[in-house]
Amino acid sequence: MKKLFVILTAFLFGLAAAPSMSASDESHEGGKLDPKEIIFEHLGDGYGWEVPFNHHKRIPLPVIVFGSDGLHVFSSSRITDGQEYVDGNTTFKLAGKDSDFKGKVIEIVDGKEIRPFDISITKNVCGIFITVLIVIGLMLWMRSHVSKHGFKAPRKGLGFLELLIDFIYGSVIKATLGAKARKFAPYLLTVFFFIFMMNLLGLIVIFPGGANLTGNIAVTLVLSVLTFMVTNLFATRHYWKEIFWPEVPLWLKFPLPIMPAIEIFGMFTKPAALTVRLFANMMGGHMIVIVLTLLIFIFAAVNPVAGGATTVISVLFSIFMLLIDVLVSFIQAYVFTMLSTIFISLAQEEEHHHEEHEAEKTLQTK
Amino acid sequence: MELFTPDFGLIFWMFVAFAVLFFILWKFAWPVILKNVDSRADLIDKGVEYAQNAKLQLDNARQQAEEYVAEARRQQAEMLRDADRLKTQIIEEARSAAQVEAQKVMDSAKVQIQQQQKEAEQQFRNQVSEFALDIAEKVVKNQMADKQAQTKLVNSLLDEIESKN
Repeated sequence: MKKLFVILTAFLFGLAAAPSMSASDESHEGGKLDPKEIIFEHLGDGYGWEVPFNHHKRIPLPVIVFGSDGLHVFSSSRITDGQEYVDGNTTFKLAGKDSDFKGKVIEIVDGKEIRPFDISITKNVCGIFITVLIVIGLMLWMRSHVSKHGFKAPRKGLGFLELLIDFIYGSVIKATLGAKARKFAPYLLTVFFFIFMMNLLGLIVIFPGGANLTGNIAVTLVLSVLTFMVTNLFATRHYWKEIFWPEVPLWLKFPLPIMPAIEIFGMFTKPAALTVRLFANMMGGHMIVIVLTLLIFIFAAVNPVAGGATTVISVLFSIFMLLIDVLVSFIQAYVFTMLSTIFISLAQEEEHHHEEHEAEKTLQTK
Repeated sequence: MELFTPDFGLIFWMFVAFAVLFFILWKFAWPVILKNVDSRADLIDKGVEYAQNAKLQLDNARQQAEEYVAEARRQQAEMLRDADRLKTQIIEEARSAAQVEAQKVMDSAKVQIQQQQKEAEQQFRNQVSEFALDIAEKVVKNQMADKQAQTKLVNSLLDEIESKN
């Protein structure tokens, strides 16, 4: 423990000495430090994947666009440095900073910029694929353990995985959905592990990670739309009756459908809340870490000594924030799964107690 | 802001990727894993239930055994008491039977004694009358001459007898 502390301190002081060099690097490039630019570049998507310690080299990824004359597939390395790429009769390039489509692939037709139909394998898409592969790998690993050893408890990493499955399945899905747990568990567990893995990969800064996936609204949007679909497609009649003809005084629903309007609005606010919650939490976490790191460079630009001192504090805070982000990664995946479960279970309600009530009434009248 | 406008390509791939992930896990992983989790939970539940039942049965058995022991004790005590009562009764009966028998023996003895007494009296009477007759003979033999003396003698003899009786 003491040794670890010594190493950590030495490492931090090493870092403290470093910014004077990087600051001079930055000034060599001649660019003024633009924190906003850097933050959004890191949080956003991109063609190609950055390589550590290098600003220009990127792992090339395929660009897939449907231009005005059909499908074009080419490597992102042909455009990421700002050059134009001519494929057949069509010219493609990355939109400049002043364009409406900043940072995206555009097609140049008669000197005008047109955004083609773009389904490129961007950094985020690639990150999603990696996550999918990892989750599939983990679950098949788990499956092979189960079919080999049955009830025997797994050890080490697999034990942790089993703990998570047990926790989500037992105390979230089963506890909420009861008898219908088996029907919805595959979807909910997939969502949980997918989000959890995306969150964790987002915290790793170099290649397999580093894509800000759950901090991207498109990703969370798809997930919550899926929950919305599962909720409504498997909903019971009672659920729809509660929406279009709820049990309220007649004037609240007849000439002016006030309650139905509110209920329908509520149908859509639930997934919207899911989308924004996950997105904002993860993006916020990433943003704080980036801002803390940028502070070093901002202060270093003012004064090397201040920069050095800021480094120690910033790195300590960054580590702290990243550790909290690990916790948040789990919590947000858990919350998303839990809320999805609750939304689904709300749409699974049968009118049991109601029928019983009516039966009692008829008995009494008889 | 780019961050807040979802990009179509990403949505498309996200959807595809999730569909593939879900399909593979739904087909190959979750059924096996969830079945395992469920059946293990069932096994544990059953185990707990079994243990509870066993404990309940054990408690019942213990209670029953205690009841049996108590019952046996009670019966034992009752039997002892019965035996005691029987003993005293038997002794009592024997005693009373003995008494009755003794009474009978004494009664018959008394009767015999009385009979013998009577017989003895009869014998005595016969002897006395014999003696009397003997005496009377002698008197008659010796003093036939003196009439006065005879009378006097008879009277004195009769007085004697009278005073004797």
